[in-house]
Amino acid sequence: MANIQETIAKLLPEATFEEGDILMVNVPDAKWHNLAKELKENKDLSFDFLVTIVGMDWTETLGCIYYLTSTKHNTHLSVKVTTDNREKPMLHSVSDLWKIAGIFEREVYDFFGIVFIGNPDMRRLFLSIDWKGYPLRKDYDESADLNPVTTESERQSDFTDTYVETPDGTVEKKEVRVFAPEDFVVNIGPQHPATHGVLRFRTAVDGEIIKKIDVYMGYIHRGIEKICEKLTYPQTLHFMDRLDYFSAHPYHHCLCMTIEQAAGIEISRRAQVIRVLMDELSRIASHCLFIGTYCMDLGATTMLFYTLRVREQILDIMEKTCGARMTFNYECIGGVMQDLHPDFVKDVKALLEVLPKNIKEYNKIFTGNVIAKNRMEGVGYLSHEDAINWSVTGPSGRASGWACDVRKTDPYSIYSELDFEQVVREEGDSMARFKVRMSEMEQSAKIISQLIDNIPDGEYCVKVPKVLKLPVGRWFRTVEGCRGTFGIYLESNGDTKPYRLKIAPPCLPAASVVDHITRGSKIADLITIGGSLDYIVPDMDR
Amino acid sequence: MPYEAWKDNEYIESLVKELQESGANVVVGSLDKLINWGRSNSLWPLTFATSCCGIEFVSLGAARYDMARFGWEVARSSPRQADFIMVAGTIVNRMAPVVRRLYDQLAEPKYVIACGACAVSGGPFKKSYHVVMGVDQIIPVDVYLPGCPPRPEAMIYSIMQLSRKIKVERFFGGVNRQQKQADFLKEHPIEGVED
Ligand code: SF4
Repeated sequence: MANIQETIAKLLPEATFEEGDILMVNVPDAKWHNLAKELKENKDLSFDFLVTIVGMDWTETLGCIYYLTSTKHNTHLSVKVTTDNREKPMLHSVSDLWKIAGIFEREVYDFFGIVFIGNPDMRRLFLSIDWKGYPLRKDYDESADLNPVTTESERQSDFTDTYVETPDGTVEKKEVRVFAPEDFVVNIGPQHPATHGVLRFRTAVDGEIIKKIDVYMGYIHRGIEKICEKLTYPQTLHFMDRLDYFSAHPYHHCLCMTIEQAAGIEISRRAQVIRVLMDELSRIASHCLFIGTYCMDLGATTMLFYTLRVREQILDIMEKTCGARMTFNYECIGGVMQDLHPDFVKDVKALLEVLPKNIKEYNKIFTGNVIAKNRMEGVGYLSHEDAINWSVTGPSGRASGWACDVRKTDPYSIYSELDFEQVVREEGDSMARFKVRMSEMEQSAKIISQLIDNIPDGEYCVKVPKVLKLPVGRWFRTVEGCRGTFGIYLESNGDTKPYRLKIAPPCLPAASVVDHITRGSKIADLITIGGSLDYIVPDMDR
Repeated sequence: MPYEAWKDNEYIESLVKELQESGANVVVGSLDKLINWGRSNSLWPLTFATSCCGIEFVSLGAARYDMARFGWEVARSSPRQADFIMVAGTIVNRMAPVVRRLYDQLAEPKYVIACGACAVSGGPFKKSYHVVMGVDQIIPVDVYLPGCPPRPEAMIYSIMQLSRKIKVERFFGGVNRQQKQADFLKEHPIEGVED
């Protein structure tokens, strides 16, 4: 830590530092871009992975907190940049350094109205073009009269804005076309079976070749971050089920851990083990569904029936313990809601017995199939460097050779004691993304088999105060969801409600990178590539 | 499920009564029955899932819950070929025009099931600035199915309710005409509910 602090202090003497769970640097906006360049390119720092950008409204000032990680040194840093102009807030863009920043900045613009100078595409991301106000600002007017529900199609524009700084320091707004005038643009989605939910691609094609994809999100933007600010901490938990509904357990785990860390609550070992068991069971169930739907996208409908068989078995196990098939709301602050069902151990063992046979069967039916090979091998190549640059984490990132599993890089809960391997492949194509998930199921089974016989006794939930107040402060935690690095940023001002709860989902980068990966490939491969990235739309839209 | 097992639906009971009282033509009446028998046993849903509830709909299609038993398995991706929309998932402001468009594109006679708390009333997102508080604000709904998400069994029940409704409808001179759902509802007002 001190090392990073010294290096940065040398580079930028006016930077100030705040200690916290992650070191924070305060940087004036004018110096930010230069520092960012150093942070990324300096060999001692090499912060090449932009985890998320948290937009903030501190009532007097607006600003952003950038969470950065160095994949080389495995160090973390956060940078705070603020502006006190509420009328026309502007910050400098870093989208030229980290590719994914372009999308993250659009999100901040959409929610807070902060314009990023130098970002080539300053459109709203989730809300429609005529939406009034910036919803995550504290003074936002939520009345439905301002933004009524309408059945009129929303206004579309072929243009986007970009703000450029002239040498004398003034900022100019420029209009640029999204597509070239001669482009032939095909609309795919939002209601389309191959987009896996309500995502929309505006696709410029040249014959069968994709030239550019403009991703439209927000067709399932539910405003969870804003709702959370109105609810007490225990009430915010259940929204984690409804983001990426396959990763309900890991996401819950993350928010619970963040709140427990902030409140200084130690949970029992039994609860830890139960949480990890549930995380890994959901990982298997999630990958099963991925394989099923992905194969169905490619035309192999039979696989869906095979994989859902295992998934149903896992859902049965969970249903007995948690009382629901999908939205479990099982982890709670201090542990878990209820104790394990008496049949749990028996059922899980039965699952562990059939799982290897099933995986073998999947491989036999599909993986070696010549049609599957032709459609997946070499299709949708994503290089190691681009995976980091676009923050594509999880199985998709690991298929490009990036060892980004949070369970290994930043072990939380009891993962550091467990014996399992991080599955990494080098090919970076759709087939690799598919195979990584296949092997991860085996690793999850390995974790479960280590724990299932040693579930310690003890209480499953420790006592927590009825009215939970967190001390003033900010916390950022990540876990490995089923689709990648999932982060929670929590800021408290000492109240029973969060001042800001930011969700950093893994699926937003995964959907943003589609444009980059698909350029130059055939339009039929869009289905293969989109499916292999395995994004969940409510997760990215929140 | 035999018809007798389900007698709690007053709305459909009243429809049946009205039909019997007005006295249907023997020929048309039996043709009606035949066609309705066919229609109610081959309901084709539109593939339409926005979020969590949609995944339970996938389970419904798989082997365990197997909706093919009832003739509903032919999920169509084009609204022109579908009989009903199962609105499975949250509908947000940006999606509202799209849902409306999809509904308008369905061929008559068409039906809607609001599946899950979100589609019924906004559900857990009641406090949101960007969620439509119930899909009935934008399209007429035939069956409301609560749950978050509803269990697959409940989904089966909701579609069965729909097929029962279809069974007692008048087809000739009724729903086969290019009659807007709104007019139909005006002729058959649901008691206690306005508009
Ligand atoms: S009702 Fe519940 S499960 Fe269904 S879409 Fe809404 S939040 Fe998801």
